[in-house]
Amino acid sequence: MDLPTFWFLVIALLWLGYLFLEGFDFGVGMLLPILGRDNTQRRVLINTIGPVWDGNEVWLIVAGGATFAAFPGWYASLFSTAYLPLLVLLLVLIGRGVAFEYRGKVDGERWRRAWDAVIVLASWIAPAMVGLVLSANVFGLPLDANGDRVGGWWTIFSVPSVVGALAVVTFSMLHGAVFLALKTEGEMRARARRFALRAGLPLLLPVVALVLLAQLREGSAWTWIPLVIALVAGLLGLARVAADREGQAFFLQGVALTGVVVTLFGSLWPNVIPSTLDPAFSLSVEDTAASDYPLMVMTWVAAFGTPAVLIYQGWTYWVFRKRIGTQHIPPVHAP
Amino acid sequence: MDLLDIARWQFGITTVYHFLMVPLTIGLAILVAGMQTAWYRTGNRRYLKMTKFWGKLMLINFAMGVVTGIVQEFQFGMAWSSYSRFVGDVFGAPLAMEGLLAFFVESTFLGLWIFGWDRLSKGVHLACAWAFSLATVLSAYFILAANSWMQHPVGIRLVDGKPELISIWAVLTNSTVLAAFPHTIFGCFAVAGGFLIGIAAWQIVRQRKQADSAGQPVDEEDRRAWHGSMRLGAWVAVIAFAGLAITGDVQGKLMFDQQPMKMASAEALCHSEAPASFSIFAVGDVSRPNCEDVKSLTVPYILSYLAEGDFTSEVDGVNELIPKYQAAYGTHYPDDPRLGAFAGQPIDYQPLLPVTYWGFRFMIGFGGLAALGGVAVLWLTRKQRFPSGKGWAPLALLGIGAPFGGNIAGWVFTEMGRQPFVVAPNPNPSGVDGVYMYTASAVSSGVTPGEMLTSVISLTALYGVLLVVEIFLMIRYSRGGFDAVMPPEKHEGESDDALSFAY
Ligand code: HDD
Ligand code: HEM
Ligand code: HEM
Repeated sequence: MDLPTFWFLVIALLWLGYLFLEGFDFGVGMLLPILGRDNTQRRVLINTIGPVWDGNEVWLIVAGGATFAAFPGWYASLFSTAYLPLLVLLLVLIGRGVAFEYRGKVDGERWRRAWDAVIVLASWIAPAMVGLVLSANVFGLPLDANGDRVGGWWTIFSVPSVVGALAVVTFSMLHGAVFLALKTEGEMRARARRFALRAGLPLLLPVVALVLLAQLREGSAWTWIPLVIALVAGLLGLARVAADREGQAFFLQGVALTGVVVTLFGSLWPNVIPSTLDPAFSLSVEDTAASDYPLMVMTWVAAFGTPAVLIYQGWTYWVFRKRIGTQHIPPVHAP
Repeated sequence: MDLLDIARWQFGITTVYHFLMVPLTIGLAILVAGMQTAWYRTGNRRYLKMTKFWGKLMLINFAMGVVTGIVQEFQFGMAWSSYSRFVGDVFGAPLAMEGLLAFFVESTFLGLWIFGWDRLSKGVHLACAWAFSLATVLSAYFILAANSWMQHPVGIRLVDGKPELISIWAVLTNSTVLAAFPHTIFGCFAVAGGFLIGIAAWQIVRQRKQADSAGQPVDEEDRRAWHGSMRLGAWVAVIAFAGLAITGDVQGKLMFDQQPMKMASAEALCHSEAPASFSIFAVGDVSRPNCEDVKSLTVPYILSYLAEGDFTSEVDGVNELIPKYQAAYGTHYPDDPRLGAFAGQPIDYQPLLPVTYWGFRFMIGFGGLAALGGVAVLWLTRKQRFPSGKGWAPLALLGIGAPFGGNIAGWVFTEMGRQPFVVAPNPNPSGVDGVYMYTASAVSSGVTPGEMLTSVISLTALYGVLLVVEIFLMIRYSRGGFDAVMPPEKHEGESDDALSFAY
């Protein structure tokens, strides 16, 4: 395999890591008002992701940074073309990050309500923007010969990109529910389970629509394989929730997501952004890749860095593996 | 305003804002890890209180540093896509390394540190504090390496007019970053030192007042913790300033060699001088052709020393440098439609002299002020004393601003002194000459001014609101003192496995 191809895979892997990890913490944010009836319950929910959400978000930063390093042309065209959706993403991520950190810093009902609203709103909007941009990337953007956008900001909206936005939102919501069923106990856990079971199938629908669209429009014969794996794993995951095996369900969600990401990036390859104006303007892996030397350097960095990241992030999840219930929540202590 | 101006304002606003949070985080993180180490080794509760209190303020600030950093990372592609295409081969690597080697460590171990007080053994918990605080320093290194490459391009060859990376080692050991990194880190400690002094001094006065009005003696443990924090801050501020002066001197010599135009602009030196004198301040407009006339109070020989390390060397003035730059890099912008209004226009090689001149002076001046403050604190508070005058505490609080001001001024000078280039050409090629990029051609070509205006307005507004919130929380927690951050005693009947900390 040549280096640009390898880095295309790494980028896909980084997006997979991002969607898997921050997917559930977006879901927790969306479910905050639905599953948390009072402040203590909402604190239970927030504290399931308290120690990890920032580490999860770094996957996005690294996905961006690695794209810059490995495919400068891809980074430049995608980020400038998707200017406004990315701006919205940045604005809500700013609000959301600060909200987690500041919510408990003052003991006041209005203060908490305000930050809760920020968390919930941001947790809906952020995955929508991620989904919109990613699927617009896969299905194509109106790029000219220079890789710049032709037409206004609204050209990013298309049927597949909107389906993509929806899919990432609903996937995150389901993923968050399963995660909460795994990480909480008592009343919260029961409610999260019930939510996952009732809403599971409808929440999977947009995801199915997205992969089918990708497959039918851009896919190859082999991308049917990950697609089918994704569908089977998704359904099996719901069945495991029903069987009270949330750990397995959570794992199967990951398998399903892997299938989805492989299908999407598989149908994108060998392009990095197809141009909807003229196939000749499409940006390919080869056109946009950095030269071999920096790719080699980055490969070494990734070879040392990635296992280390997986080990210590894994360790964090292990340290905080215990389920949380309302009895674990200390009284509010703020000046 | 056209796209370029908006993009520049946006970059300036968001970066300066990010750099309000960053130095405080870096400086405080290391100091807090040090305090926790002291607690670990001595078991003295005073150090635990210090760790918890300063750690909490650090965290309030850290959150803002993190969220504004994401904007920085995305902005290159969003607003400066032509720049990203041009430098991507070189510039992306340090950025990606920063994420992979530093941000992951930082965010993960910070989470472990915040939530791990009762989950981890004391030793492991302390190790987490060191892991994330050293990672903040490491992240500074990578980003500064990227920035230094824009000041002094090294480690590349030119292929079809574009830089292609041939040695990452050269980029990471660029002479410019080797000087800028310690300089910036000392700048971070200057900020943290000033912060410790200001808040601790204010608390000492406050505590005394409260004890007086309650008719009780001052809590001795708390008083010693505040006093210790204040003196620690004073030592840090003084040492940081010494470090800044030494490393700044190295930077000046590099700058003279690498970016002579920036050096001349730092001094608003219109005509070459030998030996060259350093002006302390000026009254009037330093950007007029004979700027010598407005300078008051000049110290002979010093500029020669800053530039070359001796007292006689000639330092080139702006007017003499312009023809040299024109000979090397042309008199007009290329006639490229993507340069917009600049296409085919004459190139103005002169940075905004008032900005560079005053930026340089404010940087040094503010830093010097903080150092003087540090020395005063060390003297006035020796042997557990504290001066009784009413003005001291407010003065110390005000002093918190000085090192921040120094940092901002330094960056504005550095970045604006590089104009009209975003990647600066180095006429004396210790790096690779011929690699340069006009700021005008760096901006995104597919983005509309409307989009860019939307982002600069919304980001500025959001940043403004959040600054108010952050300062509000900082004040609240500073007021709360140690009681607000020490874990409360557990009451009877409370469950034993309650988390020691939860959001
Ligand atoms: C409190 C902060 C502070 C203080 C007191 C100083 N500096 Fe500074 N300086 C910075 C904070 C700073 C900075 C904000 O951190 C910069 C911006 C870029 C950089 O590398 O550091 C900087 C840049 C900077 C540069 C520009 C480097 C370049 O453009 O490549 C020079 C030449 C100096 N400094 C020199 C000095 C000297 C001679 C000082 C004498 C005491 C000094 N600085 C004090
Ligand atoms: C955190 C400290 C920094 C501050 C305060 C800072 C400040 C600024 C300012 C004020 C400008 C606007 C200059 C102008 O428009 O005339 C600017 C421009 C710019 N800086 Fe920096 N900068 C910092 C670090 C960096 C770093 C680390 C990089 C690269 C990794 C960088 C890259 C740029 C770019 C691409 C521009 C846009 C071009 C320009 O307008 O000059 N800056 N910066
Ligand atoms: C313009 C270029 C810059 C970019 C692209 C950038 C990028 C980022 C990003 C993405 C984060 C968030 C990391 C997280 O989620 O944990 C961050 C935070 C941070 N950045 Fe920047 N940054 C820039 C300038 C700087 C400079 C010049 C320094 C230091 C000298 C610096 C030091 C830090 C540190 C220490 C943090 C940790 C959070 C905090 O300080 O509050 N950054 N930056």
